[in-house]
Amino acid sequence: MAARIITITSGKGGVGKTTATANISVALAQLGQRVVCIDSDIGLRNLDVVLGLENRIVYDLVDVIEERCRIRQAMIKDKGFDDLYLIPAAQTRDKNAVSPSDMIALVDQITGEFDWILVDSPAGIERGFKNAIAPANEVIVITNPDVSAVRDADRIIGIIESEQKGPARLIINRLNPEMVNRGEMLDAEDVLDLLAIKLLGIVPEDETVIMSTNVGKPVVTREKSIAGQAFKNIARRLMGDEVPLIDLEYKEGIFHKLSKIFASGGE
Amino acid sequence: MTKKFPIKGFDEGVLISVYDGDWDQIQKDLLAQIDTQLSFFSKSKVAIEVGEKELGAAQLSKLRDKLLDRDIKLFAVLSTSKKTETNASTLGLSTRSSIMQKKDSPFSAAIMNGEPALYIPKTLRSGKVVEYDGHIIIYGDVNPGAKVIAMGSVFVWGKLRGTVYAGMAQNPESIVCALICDPISLRIDNIPLKNNKLLRKLRKKPARVHIENNELVLDYWD
Repeated sequence: MAARIITITSGKGGVGKTTATANISVALAQLGQRVVCIDSDIGLRNLDVVLGLENRIVYDLVDVIEERCRIRQAMIKDKGFDDLYLIPAAQTRDKNAVSPSDMIALVDQITGEFDWILVDSPAGIERGFKNAIAPANEVIVITNPDVSAVRDADRIIGIIESEQKGPARLIINRLNPEMVNRGEMLDAEDVLDLLAIKLLGIVPEDETVIMSTNVGKPVVTREKSIAGQAFKNIARRLMGDEVPLIDLEYKEGIFHKLSKIFASGGE
Repeated sequence: MTKKFPIKGFDEGVLISVYDGDWDQIQKDLLAQIDTQLSFFSKSKVAIEVGEKELGAAQLSKLRDKLLDRDIKLFAVLSTSKKTETNASTLGLSTRSSIMQKKDSPFSAAIMNGEPALYIPKTLRSGKVVEYDGHIIIYGDVNPGAKVIAMGSVFVWGKLRGTVYAGMAQNPESIVCALICDPISLRIDNIPLKNNKLLRKLRKKPARVHIENNELVLDYWD
């Protein structure tokens, strides 16, 4: 049976694509799935660092595409799991080294051997992004609850629709319930009101994420991480389980409340 | 034997007329022809005339990308197929109507029935630009970052939160209507709507914007 091929993208940089790709991959592996994740950010690779695999890189994505090695030689096995692999990006080339057809051909080679192929997209809307979505049959868009990230997410969702890879699903990352309560941050409803795509999950702001990245141990491997729990839930939802959203104990945002008061009244 | 497409220069750029047939083959032949004259085409703006061919947004977008790979900008698609023109418009490409009539277009001050209108039954997301020589009707939202430019009026059956320029053919009779009117920027005949953002955010009622005494006035539907 062919793999589910999912590209994780955002438009805006720094919103959490790599963290999400790493954690969802590990969470799926924890559920016994056969997973390979691919870092397509040629020139600015990061997925290897987040997974703690950077000192085991011998071959990378560009080596496979330029036929200096077989695809299996570039796949780094995560020792913690039976079937979790990473194909790292090249650090010394740039996005022009790879074309959308290259990505499709590469993924085609391994689609029969895995349940999930997750592609970490670079930021932007140009070549790197186009390479990353080429092989996908599903797309996840990640955004932060701030106006500028949401603007970029909207653009990328539009492009995904035009390229007929839609509809995408949304992860709202780094939601801070206290800031929402103080009216300093958009709440999930504000974001969904604009982006109007299905919500896959909400990952709250969690200090342990930065630490995890620095030591190369994704948060889903930690016991008491709320972000880890959120990513695990997302993995389960991808597998078809209807997991309820974590109760983040935040009240409706202030903008929402005010607008309801004024909207129902008269002039 | 590959056919050669006729090429015409005009002041906007280069017009290439393609024959009817299988689109994939046409695209192949077109790119092959361009590749033999890359220096001529380099950095140029190109309009493609496709006759009655029905083309989807994905096909047009792919062609645009392939031309961009060669440093050529596809800026317009001319077609007698309404579908193709609509799809081109939603990608931000100019169409027959917007090229043929320029700024000094003889747009009648009297509003009569039967004026051309572009109907877009979807939300315009950030980055989408739609330009039309006539009225524009959108069944969906206009998101921040999207831009709608009409020679006539603009009707948004949804939330207007992006940018709308109406009445661009010096037409002061044009109006803008929206179910929720919260634009980033709105102009009719180049007169801007004064910004009153907080108030507009709270009023979620259908609104109409029109020109009165050289200013834009926003009325709520009661």
